[in-house]
Amino acid sequence: MLENFQLLAENPVGLLNLIIDGIMIGAVFALIAYGMALVWGVMNIINLTQGEYVIFGGFVAFYTAGEWTLTIDAIGVSLTWPGVHALWALIVAPAVLYAVGWGVYRLVIFRIVDRDMFTSILATFGISILLQQFMNSVFTADDVIARHGMGTWSAWRTDMGELAIERVRIVALAFALVVGGFLAFYLKNTRDGQAIRAVAQNARAARLMGIDADRVYARTYALNAALCGAAGVLVSMTLTIHAFTGLIYTVRAFMIVIIAGLGNVTGVIVAGLGLGAGEKVAEFLIGTSYQVAFVTGLLLVVLLYRSVRLAMRRRYLA
Amino acid sequence: MNRAGPMRNQGASRRFVLLCLAVGLLSVAAPFLFPAIVKQLSIFWVMVIVAYTWDTMGGQLGYNSFGNIVFFGAGIYVSAIIQIAPFTNMRDYTAAGEEGAALTLTMAQYLGGLAPGLVAAAAIGFVLAIAFGFVILGLRGHYFAIGTLALGIFVAQIFANWEYVGAGSGIIMPELPGRGRASDQEKSLLFYFLCLLLAGATIFFLRWLYTTRFGLAINAIRDDEDKAEAMGIATTLYKVAAWSVSGFFLGICGALYGNIVRFVDPEETAFDGPGLGVWMVLMAVLGGKGSLWGPLIGAVLFHATKELLWTYLLGFQNIALGLLVVIIVVFFPEGIMGWIRARWPALVGERVDASAQSQAAR
Repeated sequence: MLENFQLLAENPVGLLNLIIDGIMIGAVFALIAYGMALVWGVMNIINLTQGEYVIFGGFVAFYTAGEWTLTIDAIGVSLTWPGVHALWALIVAPAVLYAVGWGVYRLVIFRIVDRDMFTSILATFGISILLQQFMNSVFTADDVIARHGMGTWSAWRTDMGELAIERVRIVALAFALVVGGFLAFYLKNTRDGQAIRAVAQNARAARLMGIDADRVYARTYALNAALCGAAGVLVSMTLTIHAFTGLIYTVRAFMIVIIAGLGNVTGVIVAGLGLGAGEKVAEFLIGTSYQVAFVTGLLLVVLLYRSVRLAMRRRYLA
Repeated sequence: MNRAGPMRNQGASRRFVLLCLAVGLLSVAAPFLFPAIVKQLSIFWVMVIVAYTWDTMGGQLGYNSFGNIVFFGAGIYVSAIIQIAPFTNMRDYTAAGEEGAALTLTMAQYLGGLAPGLVAAAAIGFVLAIAFGFVILGLRGHYFAIGTLALGIFVAQIFANWEYVGAGSGIIMPELPGRGRASDQEKSLLFYFLCLLLAGATIFFLRWLYTTRFGLAINAIRDDEDKAEAMGIATTLYKVAAWSVSGFFLGICGALYGNIVRFVDPEETAFDGPGLGVWMVLMAVLGGKGSLWGPLIGAVLFHATKELLWTYLLGFQNIALGLLVVIIVVFFPEGIMGWIRARWPALVGERVDASAQSQAAR
């Protein structure tokens, strides 16, 4: 671990490379967190299914990019998919996940919108367990990565080292920025977006104004799933995914939201990018096997910092 | 969640004693009646204990913890170390894994490791709960729920990377000395009765605890923490104390469980947050949060359902389980005891006292 510190100190370009890599994947984390904050703010639900939607999107990308044959013996049909560029999944995955999110809302979530938060946490956790096993059984139980063949772009060669950036990470950053901007515009300037914000502010008053709150909730939840699906495509093009690794994305999203505070879009972006960069550097320093421990440990630290700060404020008042 | 304290009359208490005797007799007879499933029966009592200790936090104190599994897993590991380390080189033993030299102990060595192992497991659960409690119990509501979820994953990851205790490949627990079928029988019986004893102790201790001022205080914290604090209840101390009670029983329970399954894996057995960590919540919710018999009923139903799912739906059991979580939480949030209470309040010893009614009328 110490030698890793030394390695970084001697090699500023390497450090820069890590940070840039991290920031670009951090943009994807910010996207996931944005969706979580949306559902949290509008529906008062902490959606623990977030990570599973990400992984689901990742699997969609994997199957979009790869060649596969589906044979159904019962009716004697055999389907062959030739495999196209993984980036096409950026259109397919959100569409699929929008449908999944809509379905989950219509089946379960609409029953718990008005309940307390513990109910929604436990229920969405149940859905996440279900989805994990579903993906594990139906898709694949292996570690997968979506093939894209986009290579790296060596941005800067120096005698200290080379600054090489995977092209797909650049796409990820750009895509996250575009989607984030589009969403902000959608929420602010369209009638549908205004309806979502109205329901978030006061669901009852919104209903009196003739807004179908149920539909708004369904749309919000499905939109969040679609966002996660798109994020999942970018994740699976950069990192390996596995059916059971979704939870850590939920933890990251939750952490970003509480660092930024609900309704703070700039905060979400900054926290997301920061988390990505910090995690990447930490991964280099303490090793990949501690990555999950690092993320959960960081969440604990953030939560405790919040609680200590609140306690201090309370003492000051008293 | 506000409800009057149970008022028991003479008849109800006699019924209660009879019920306890019946359940007790059945529990003692069970391993002899069904010798093929003694292991499952022992694990059933483990389930009962984890459900009860979760209910102390989630049901009585109102702090929905997903991190109670930490004390359970710590108990497993501490007892494993104490049972193995004095007799062989722990590092070599865990590094050798399944193919490694098996550890053969004499009876005296085995029991001499098990007894202090159980004590140490209780101690570690208790101490860890106090240590974590002072820091984490400052969080409230869903922050506490997700904070404890993160704590569980964090600790699991630390153990999964710790070479001394076998890291990700786990530890194989020593076997009770003796050979052949008879020994297997004795072994399962030994742990069955230890589990039964612990479950009984947990239930009766908690039953007593909930009748004391302590019980009133933690219920007050559940109903309104700020008001409770304003009334002069030292909320932090009570919260930490409640968690340490949980941790104490969970530690021993973990040690027993480790010896029953005889294989300690950091993420699958010891710190199985998405598994056992959620099941304990589910059992308490299914039976009825915050009621004395809810966790027991929940554990019976859940364990039976789970064993059936595991037998008939292998490969898809988690899909069924996830579905079960959703159905229970969405449709039966008050649990079975909640339903009984609403339907037949007299059955659970709650009744509108005639004299109280006449007093109110006056």
